[in-house]
Amino acid sequence: MAEVGSWKVKTGLAEMLKGGVIMDVTTPEQAKIAEEAGACAVMALERVPADIRAAGGVARMADPNVILRIMDAVTIPVMAKARIGHFVEAQILEALGVDYIDESEVLTPADDLYHIDKNQFKVPFVCGSRNLGEALRRIGEGAAMIRTKGEPGTGNVVEAVRHMRTVMSEIRQLTTMPKEELMTAAKNMGAPYDLVLYVAEHGKLPVVNFAAGGISTPADAALMMQLGVDGVFVGSGIFKSSDPKARAKAIVLATTHYNDPKTLAEVSKDLGEPMPGLEISTISANERMQDRGW
Amino acid sequence: MKRRIGVLALQGAFREHRIALESLGAEVVEVRKSSELDQIDGLIIPGGESTTMGKLMQVDGLGDKIKDLAGKDLPIFGTCAGMIMMSKKISNSQQYSLELMDVTAERNAFGRQIASFETDLNVPALGSEPVRAVFIRAPYIKDIAPNVGILAEYEGKVVFARQGNMIASAFHPELTPDRRVHQYFLDIVEEYAGK
Repeated sequence: MAEVGSWKVKTGLAEMLKGGVIMDVTTPEQAKIAEEAGACAVMALERVPADIRAAGGVARMADPNVILRIMDAVTIPVMAKARIGHFVEAQILEALGVDYIDESEVLTPADDLYHIDKNQFKVPFVCGSRNLGEALRRIGEGAAMIRTKGEPGTGNVVEAVRHMRTVMSEIRQLTTMPKEELMTAAKNMGAPYDLVLYVAEHGKLPVVNFAAGGISTPADAALMMQLGVDGVFVGSGIFKSSDPKARAKAIVLATTHYNDPKTLAEVSKDLGEPMPGLEISTISANERMQDRGW
Repeated sequence: MKRRIGVLALQGAFREHRIALESLGAEVVEVRKSSELDQIDGLIIPGGESTTMGKLMQVDGLGDKIKDLAGKDLPIFGTCAGMIMMSKKISNSQQYSLELMDVTAERNAFGRQIASFETDLNVPALGSEPVRAVFIRAPYIKDIAPNVGILAEYEGKVVFARQGNMIASAFHPELTPDRRVHQYFLDIVEEYAGK
């Protein structure tokens, strides 16, 4: 008997995306540019995070037509975003046949207490996290892939670095604890005990972990890879730069050859202007997307 | 003797292949540049995105060198995207491939991710116990030349095949703990190392 939507199949697609770059796109033309540059998947959106940030107001799931046209344009996997807790947007995205759903803080949350019960779906989910407890809560709800939150739409990598360093440091701490300390650790970080036990034993998350939020140069992508992520999401960083084609290709090469400074130097040349950056301290507390999620 | 197996590490599930091979006693080298193809006894092309791998293989002459080594009887094993990369033709696509095996691959042949599945698969060459086969946006072999042997079929579609020193599977043996498929490949490596 063939079994669809199993945990193996959901986490398996994330395994196949490893070492790759997932790019935000808003049109079929952009999706083709991303595929041509070597993206391993695209995220279909109506607006990239920088524009969502600039527009303000309520950001929602994209128009299904935007998503379907992008699905038609490329052969690589297509992801799409649903609001935190908006399980009906997720049902719609599943019905459209998207390959992955991002329950994303980039959109305005639809529920201020609960996330989507992702185990109810056949389509896999990716969720953002700032620390290990948040990552394990999302996995407990059924997320088959995790990414850092960073601070989306800023072109500033500092928050993604902080979130990755925090997760890695908390994983290392768990691996050194005697077993009797793990229940209290689970309580303190608000994480399911069985997943805390898994991390303590294996020294890693049970799912793939990508970088996201503020990556805008090949060096940013390689930095995140060297910090231990499995791959990279680039949101506004490509199509808000002056030469998206060249930058997209360079970030793909930098993600594969992240440990080779000579190649990184080569691919970083002549890319034109990166997206305009935002200093995190200039963003008021209620506009920080990373604080969305419970 | 400990064999050195290269795992193409441009993108995709190369880490899982490394773990599988090391558990069987092989030495593993991750291959990102053409120079890293020197002095290997076999090569695995993992699952991932075939378009991404195709782009990255055209940098640095990596693809050409793999073709050259395949012609010199280097054992090569491709899974999923690796199967697509090894196929002589890819239906409805102009994308880059290594054109190693006399088959035509159909991409995303079972549908999008929502149709991805796992199933028990009979592989007679590996004994009577079926293999738990994980298919993720998987291809299958649509057309197959008479010189290519069929190792497994699922619902009448070829999903595992061998042509001399080369094997290709549409499913992901690296995602399950059963090591028989990797052992089968290492047996081919032994066979060709003696030649």
